[in-house]
Amino acid sequence: MAEIHLKSLAHSYFPNPATGADYAIREMDHVWHQGGAYALLGPSGCGKSTLLNIISGLLQPSEGEVLFDNVRVNEMPPKERNIAQVFQFPVIYDSMTVYDNLAFPLRNAKVPEAKVRAKVNEVAEILELHEVLHNKARNLTADEKQKVSMGRGLVRDDVSAILFDEPLTVIDPHLKWKLRRKLKQIHEQFNITMIYVTHDQLEASTFADKIAVMYGGQIVQFGTPRELFEVPNHTFVGFFIGSPGMNLIEVRRSEGGVSFDDIQVPLSDELNAYLADVPSYNLKVGIRPEFVHVWDKPVDDAYVTELVSHEDLGTHKILTLRLGNQLIKARLDEDRELPVGKVYVSFPQQWLKLYVDEFLIEEQV
Amino acid sequence: MNKTENNKAWFLVLPVFLLVAFSAVIPLMTVVNYSVQDIFDQNNAYFVGAEWFREVLRDPRLHDSLLRQFIYSFAVLAIEIPLGIAVALMMPTKGKMASLCLILLAIPLLIPWNVVGTIWQIFGRADIGLFGAALNGLGIDYNYASNPGDAWATVLLIDVWHWTSLVALLCFSGLRAIPEAFYQAAEIDRASKWAVFRYIQLPRLKSVLVIGVLLRFMDSFMIYTEPFVLTGGGPGNSTTFLSQTLTKMAVGQFDLGPAAAFSLVYFLIVLLVSWLFFTTITHMDKAK
Repeated sequence: MAEIHLKSLAHSYFPNPATGADYAIREMDHVWHQGGAYALLGPSGCGKSTLLNIISGLLQPSEGEVLFDNVRVNEMPPKERNIAQVFQFPVIYDSMTVYDNLAFPLRNAKVPEAKVRAKVNEVAEILELHEVLHNKARNLTADEKQKVSMGRGLVRDDVSAILFDEPLTVIDPHLKWKLRRKLKQIHEQFNITMIYVTHDQLEASTFADKIAVMYGGQIVQFGTPRELFEVPNHTFVGFFIGSPGMNLIEVRRSEGGVSFDDIQVPLSDELNAYLADVPSYNLKVGIRPEFVHVWDKPVDDAYVTELVSHEDLGTHKILTLRLGNQLIKARLDEDRELPVGKVYVSFPQQWLKLYVDEFLIEEQV
Repeated sequence: MNKTENNKAWFLVLPVFLLVAFSAVIPLMTVVNYSVQDIFDQNNAYFVGAEWFREVLRDPRLHDSLLRQFIYSFAVLAIEIPLGIAVALMMPTKGKMASLCLILLAIPLLIPWNVVGTIWQIFGRADIGLFGAALNGLGIDYNYASNPGDAWATVLLIDVWHWTSLVALLCFSGLRAIPEAFYQAAEIDRASKWAVFRYIQLPRLKSVLVIGVLLRFMDSFMIYTEPFVLTGGGPGNSTTFLSQTLTKMAVGQFDLGPAAAFSLVYFLIVLLVSWLFFTTITHMDKAK
């Protein structure tokens, strides 16, 4: 049980990193609180696994510190950090039975055999492995094998944290949901810090209370699934979370707001004042398809767009619209009729976000 | 699925069949032919049934060398297999040092048997050999030419020197094939070095060890050149192993009948023991 603090942490696989691009993990400060259920979400190659290996001790960070309850553990091997980690592909000790596999981490720590038996049976029960408990592990199916790998992490109830590195990749879809629920239950039952790496937003939001979105070696946002959806504070979060992702349009400054392709987008006074002070030309506005307002008839402040295509997803429709030279997506409820030809849309001010250099400019409400 | 029957494809196997027939089956049958007949000359051959087999199986000379042979082969396995595994575990896994180790280990394998015998014949000499003279200089009375124990140890040492590399290289390749994730998982599971070896490395070396054990058993069981070059099988008969006894019988005394019978028995022993090794190792911990 521990609070895990990553202090000015950075990691490069090169001996003498010069530019930011040489870093797999860019300098970050982050705290994982004791007992939290966290997800680390990001695309392949963004440094998720590197970060996980640094926490578990399989990898030593090149810069900064890893603190467990304020004690520096950089030099400690995983053994002494007392951390469990489950890998993407199941690792089982195939000369042993399922029982011996689950007992392995406990026996290595010289836990008395009576307690080993109790713990192994308990975990086997939770993971529904009791039927194959005395079979050789090598004859298991892929998802049973992964359950065994998870089980080896779960038998240790004294661990500081359990790290999951995309553990459900090899699992059948219908079992994925079940296992995720199971992990969640285990989390509630034992109150162990769990960090769950994934590139699947659905997996992240069903498992975790708080999600850290990683992009280019950085945690760009750390928040609840709802926060990530409503107030993405980096264009990447807007784009990555949600399906389809946020509409992001490159814009220029103009009178009373910003513009693109001769289309004016008015902004609040506060944002205009802010824009006047920043030198950057990398400006974007973003709005989620869910928040684009689609009108039935022409209204005053609506933009006129042209319907390019639509997808009917059963519960709702996704419209692709041309506004100026940009394509934007809008979500239309299933009970609404598909507009023909011209479509009138507006962007409610509270959901229209301004990004300067890819980061959100927050408004004081 | 419809399976096309095309038995003409069997003709494609014909060349291999002929090759094996001429290289193995026919010579073997010739030996069988010799083993059941007493042949004086081209026109005087008498069928003797199992007579030669009975004779060789009762021959005390053969009993002695068979016993010697078994002790020798098991000593070879008992030393070379663990030593080979240990060397493979200690080898660096990457970089220049790894290449260097691989080359050094491969060198003994490239040297012909009789050259190895000759090297050790000189190397071990008590008067001028570096090894032999050094031992004597240290006060150890070592002389392979006069002391049966020393001769025996030297023949064993030669084989270890010559062939441990093979086991080491096989194991090295086996170890390299273990994915890094297994070591990481073991580290997370707080496994000791011994546990990593016992539960990860050793089980995954099984298939290369089968090959190693079989090769080393068969080779050492048929050893001929080294003791022949070193002492000619002496002192006395102390390093006279099966193949040398056989050669003496067939070429020295020209007793082709008993020699043929003995060859077949020899062949069956090698086959039987190899099969035993193979099945034991492959069925180890396959209970369920």
